[in-house]
Amino acid sequence: MGECRQKLMLGTNAVLEVIVNGEPARTRARTLAELLVELGYGDAKVATARNGDFVPLRKRDTVELTGGDTIEIVSPRQGG
Amino acid sequence: MTDTMSNTKPGAARQVGTPDGLEVYGTRLDSRLFLGTAQYPSPQVLERAVKAAGVDVVTVSVRREGARDKGGQRFWEMIAGLGVRVLPNTAGCRTVREAIATAEMARELFDTDWVKLEVIANDDTLQPDLFGLVEAAGVLVREGFKVFPYTTEDLGAAERLLAAGCELLMPWGAPIGTGRGLANPYALRTLRNYFPGVPLVVDAGIGAPSHAAQAMEMGFDAVLLNTAVAKAGDPVAMAEAFGAAIRAGRTAFVAGMMEVRDMAAPSTPVAGTPFFDLK
Repeated sequence: MGECRQKLMLGTNAVLEVIVNGEPARTRARTLAELLVELGYGDAKVATARNGDFVPLRKRDTVELTGGDTIEIVSPRQGG
Repeated sequence: MTDTMSNTKPGAARQVGTPDGLEVYGTRLDSRLFLGTAQYPSPQVLERAVKAAGVDVVTVSVRREGARDKGGQRFWEMIAGLGVRVLPNTAGCRTVREAIATAEMARELFDTDWVKLEVIANDDTLQPDLFGLVEAAGVLVREGFKVFPYTTEDLGAAERLLAAGCELLMPWGAPIGTGRGLANPYALRTLRNYFPGVPLVVDAGIGAPSHAAQAMEMGFDAVLLNTAVAKAGDPVAMAEAFGAAIRAGRTAFVAGMMEVRDMAAPSTPVAGTPFFDLK
């Protein structure tokens, strides 16, 4: 329900072209938090960066997206 | 530093706590094996290997997550269930900026201020970029991280990392994933002797339990490895073997090994040898 409502609200925003995890994406999200919802991450355990800088969870809804932004969305993974 | 070099000679091991535990950044660890979590045949094998080795710390990483994949979520639930500490790495980072952002993302994801700092200089050797490493370590320490720097045996870099606020060092045994063991024992021994009071963890290049035992016999405080266990025919049995080898090497160091001699010396008493006078 929450996601649907968010998507309806996004309908009036301008479309931005951004890069998400290395892939081009088109979005009507205004903020990083909206982008995560739009892409289906919902409340997944992820961390984010925008244009090479870390964006903490608490700032995702205040960081506004700009066309050409590069976004990283990462999660826990195996490592050595 | 020469006056303190004797501290790391055999028989003069530093005793940290009782029994023989390791303390890093104020945290007491019972196991001196840090185990990587990558490249196992299955999550179940990884889980059993971690338990077989009896480790307190496993290394983890962060990677791009697909929205539908959810692989990261499943991995995290499995790791969280193991009840061990996680040491997130910045593997694959080639610049200071990448390493810092990756460390910051890892701190939020894993809820730990520990970070295994890797800044890679060269794709073929995966050797550390010591200049970038020192710079990134300084920034991260100021941000409150407890930095575990993946470095070489270089003494100058070691001094700068310590000056930047690192409380331990992780020199390589050999390049990551090679399994060649301690490629430069002389340089590692020099590093050990030069910093007798600094926890030193040999990280990378270990292929066999004997390599790990050798590092521990030399007085290193712990060993970090991944591929040697993950790519073994039986990773669970190999994890157990490494755990035993590291305990053996540590016990030998604490016990104090004999000095190497150039000439033979009989172990059986010479006095009273039968027929001695007839020779």
